[in-house]
Amino acid sequence: MAKTISQEFIKGLWTEIPPFRLVLGLCPALAVTKSVENGIGMGLATTFVLLCSNLLVSLLRNIIPPKIRIACFIIIIATFVTVVELMMQAYTYPLYQALGIFIPLIVVNCIVLGRAEAFAFKNPIFPSVADGLGIGVGFTLALGALGAVRELLGSGTLLGHAMFGPGFQPFAFMVEAPGAFVSLGLMLCFMNMLGKR
Amino acid sequence: MRDMIKMVVVLTVLSSLSGGLLAAIKNSTEDRIEGQVLQFVQGPAILKIMEGASNDPISDRFTITAGDEQTNFFVGKYNGTPKVVAFETNAAGYGGPVGIMVAFDVETNKIKSIGVTTHNETPGVGSLVEKDENFKKQFVGLDVTFEPKVNKDGGSIIAMSGATVTSRAVTAAVRKAQVFYEQHQSEIKDKAKSFTG
Repeated sequence: MAKTISQEFIKGLWTEIPPFRLVLGLCPALAVTKSVENGIGMGLATTFVLLCSNLLVSLLRNIIPPKIRIACFIIIIATFVTVVELMMQAYTYPLYQALGIFIPLIVVNCIVLGRAEAFAFKNPIFPSVADGLGIGVGFTLALGALGAVRELLGSGTLLGHAMFGPGFQPFAFMVEAPGAFVSLGLMLCFMNMLGKR
Repeated sequence: MRDMIKMVVVLTVLSSLSGGLLAAIKNSTEDRIEGQVLQFVQGPAILKIMEGASNDPISDRFTITAGDEQTNFFVGKYNGTPKVVAFETNAAGYGGPVGIMVAFDVETNKIKSIGVTTHNETPGVGSLVEKDENFKKQFVGLDVTFEPKVNKDGGSIIAMSGATVTSRAVTAAVRKAQVFYEQHQSEIKDKAKSFTG
């Protein structure tokens, strides 16, 4: 219980990194990681929502009656998701087009609701913010890594720059849905092997 | 009973605050979002059909209200005089509405060019409308009074092979544009002229 704030942040980057350790939020992780850019964009959007919802849930944890806490969480989360959606439409329209339906679907991302319910509702403000930020950054890194693998193999590019020269035959399977499952599975396996030691 | 009241109050206050915040953000981003949609959805089609224009047709625009619908008109200047106006119409295709940007020469009342803005047609069949320049070229030079029809309907427009529905949709959208242009001819020309200089 006596974890410091920095520990709350760090745990999101390794011991509880979603979607590898905390196997939640798989739907966006599989769907949008066709490229690094999309993965990181999705991660940052989720981080913003996590950060704000954790902050607000923690602030209001003594006001919200426990019986209707889920309804309140959903209102808070949905509000911030809509904020993100409008902001992305206004400032990063191509990214908004690429992520499409998965932006509004952050509302039902188990990570966000999970952190509100399991952490922010029971903890003071600073640890909650650190927790939200840590999990969010972890999610961003994970999606970025997954996106990097898939983009590199599937289109032979990284952040849109060609990596292998003109002779490279893209492994198109990797940017399709099955490639997402395979690469996520392999990364999970790799993370578990590292963690066992 | 007190519990009940508290729950109702908390949820009501939370929802109204959230609604207020979202309304404020929506209001302040509305113009920017409209601009972004113009730039990324209609923009590429506009720039393509107004190739060689000396101005920026996306920023030189006016609206005409017919009934309760507002239509954006984009003005293309050639050699300093507003010569072409383009606007978007749509018609039902195979997978939803097909949006077509139609450009008219205001001096001759003939179609200058058409371009596809949005569609949801079958990939590889109807979606070819995006790139099939030969199909689209058939509309170039048609007088505003001439009703185009695809060859299966006894007209002169040769439909894209295997994509009659999409071809019909394009033809219908162009016809809609012609009718609209004819009805509002004087208003369109007056407003286009105001961009002189």
